[in-house]
Amino acid sequence: MTGKDIMTQIDDTATNASDTSGPQEVIRTEQLTKIYPGGVKAVDALDLSVRQGEIFGLLGPNGAGKTTTAGMLTTRVVPTSGRAFVGGIEVWQHPSKAKRLIGVVPQTNTLDRALSVWENLYFHGRFFGMSAKQARSESDFLLERFRLAERADAPVAALSGGMAQRLMVARAVMHRPSVLFLDEPTAGLDPQSRIALWEILDELHTDGQTILLTTHYMEEADQLCDRLAIIDHGRLLALGTPAQLKASTGMDTVVTVIADGELTSLASLLGREVEGATGARVHDGTIRLGVKGARGVLPQVVQVAERAGHRVTDLSISEPTLETVFIALTGKDLRE
Amino acid sequence: MTAVATQQDRDIHATVGSAFRALLLRDLFVLRKNLREFIPRTILQPLLLVFVFTYVFPKIGQGVGGSAQGEAAFSTLLVAGVLGSVILFQGVQTVALPLVQEFGYTREIEDRVLAPMPVELVAFQKVVSGALQCLLAALIVFPIARFVPATPVHLDFNWPVLFTLIPLACVMSSALGLVFGTFFDPRTVPLLFGIIVVPLTFLGCIYFPWNSLEAIRWLQIGVLINPLVYISEGMRAALTAVPTMPLWVIYPVMSAFTALFLWRGIEGFKKRVLA
Repeated sequence: MTGKDIMTQIDDTATNASDTSGPQEVIRTEQLTKIYPGGVKAVDALDLSVRQGEIFGLLGPNGAGKTTTAGMLTTRVVPTSGRAFVGGIEVWQHPSKAKRLIGVVPQTNTLDRALSVWENLYFHGRFFGMSAKQARSESDFLLERFRLAERADAPVAALSGGMAQRLMVARAVMHRPSVLFLDEPTAGLDPQSRIALWEILDELHTDGQTILLTTHYMEEADQLCDRLAIIDHGRLLALGTPAQLKASTGMDTVVTVIADGELTSLASLLGREVEGATGARVHDGTIRLGVKGARGVLPQVVQVAERAGHRVTDLSISEPTLETVFIALTGKDLRE
Repeated sequence: MTAVATQQDRDIHATVGSAFRALLLRDLFVLRKNLREFIPRTILQPLLLVFVFTYVFPKIGQGVGGSAQGEAAFSTLLVAGVLGSVILFQGVQTVALPLVQEFGYTREIEDRVLAPMPVELVAFQKVVSGALQCLLAALIVFPIARFVPATPVHLDFNWPVLFTLIPLACVMSSALGLVFGTFFDPRTVPLLFGIIVVPLTFLGCIYFPWNSLEAIRWLQIGVLINPLVYISEGMRAALTAVPTMPLWVIYPVMSAFTALFLWRGIEGFKKRVLA
């Protein structure tokens, strides 16, 4: 199955899912394009729609245009053409109005070093029109909720990476934005902090917060997101729920084969001869064979390989992942 | 529909206004928090300047000005120069240095840029809060320039000029700080002081009135590009009876400099925060 086939199949699903009875749309982009000086096309005619209450992921490798897309939706990157709407407001016509509706957690720690942990929240609340009293009680509440109350008076420079990230999320949701944007939220975090952040995002989601996150970690996208847009070179490659995307590959099993000899011919042989094979490609010195609805695949793989004079040195099976989807679409993996 | 739109516009104006005030509040809060650093940083240089030139020199018989009368005249004209240089220095330092750091390393300006207001106003707010700090610095330094000199200082206040020129000088200096803050990066910022602020100060008519440069005509014309000249001369007109450059030159030139710096500074700010 080619990338184009997948796209068509997912498009059908997406069309079915976006009827008018569904939840309200909070983000929409129309042919959104960004060309940086020097001619680099970071985002190429992107059409997206994010509905209220969902966690929507932009998944793609580094340099795919995810951060630029988020930047154009959050008034930080000026689009070259196209339009971006948040909460029905055209972001670049009414940036001040749009800013009231968005909360942003950027990739780097942008906490105000001149202020303490508590003061970071307090002043953020004031920027968004809260009274002193309101900002005080909301800061106290959020520090409790995000398990930072003990560090209220600490300078922000004294926080660990995970704590700083939690504080930035607390700050971003303080003014009750319609959409919370997170740019690579767990990049550089240790596994424990990553899980803690996922739990927080899950809680916010349960409360009905719409979240748009960019990530190049497929586990994160798979675990957190209701729907995903897979993008590369600024173009939308596929859109759907993680399950839909995985199903769209047409396989239910991925067989990874490491063997000696010339792998390309072995791959096409396996693709032809193994029962239920949907396709095989060589990647990084391994063959990945997609199979659907077949039993006893592994002995078949070994037989076919040995008959053709290859010695199989390693063999494993797994379910298709978002990585599989990405490879099917682009022929490369997410880390490249 | 129109009524709804008008209401929304009014709402957004209120939002922008309160965001602007909150940003100002944040800067003043940080200033209060750092007052123990702000005061010594502000007074040390002018204090030493006034102390050495107008206290030590006359006392050791090495007075600037030649005679006792000359020394008194020097103390008088130095008051205005010192105040002018403090305002300029403070504006550049208060606005430029934090911005260089925030743009260069920490990007901590981000949260303020995302406050619900136009980016231009975020930049302008930096100028307003810088100007308030310049004013505070001038208030702190004035008694030093007035009371430290060993020889009498003859002040002759022109209140209308004082009350209009000081705010203008403060805004102009902070706007210049915005220009520098958006132009320099952490690597090049030492140049700001070495190559720009030092010549501005030495050739800013702090130690001598502009009229006296008539003896060196090329210098008298050359220093006209230095914005500090107009602040020093303006302060002199506001505080003393020393003859100065005409006020009808000082006001328009300072206003033009202010407009130029604000425009360049805000453009520079937008360039740094928007991609």
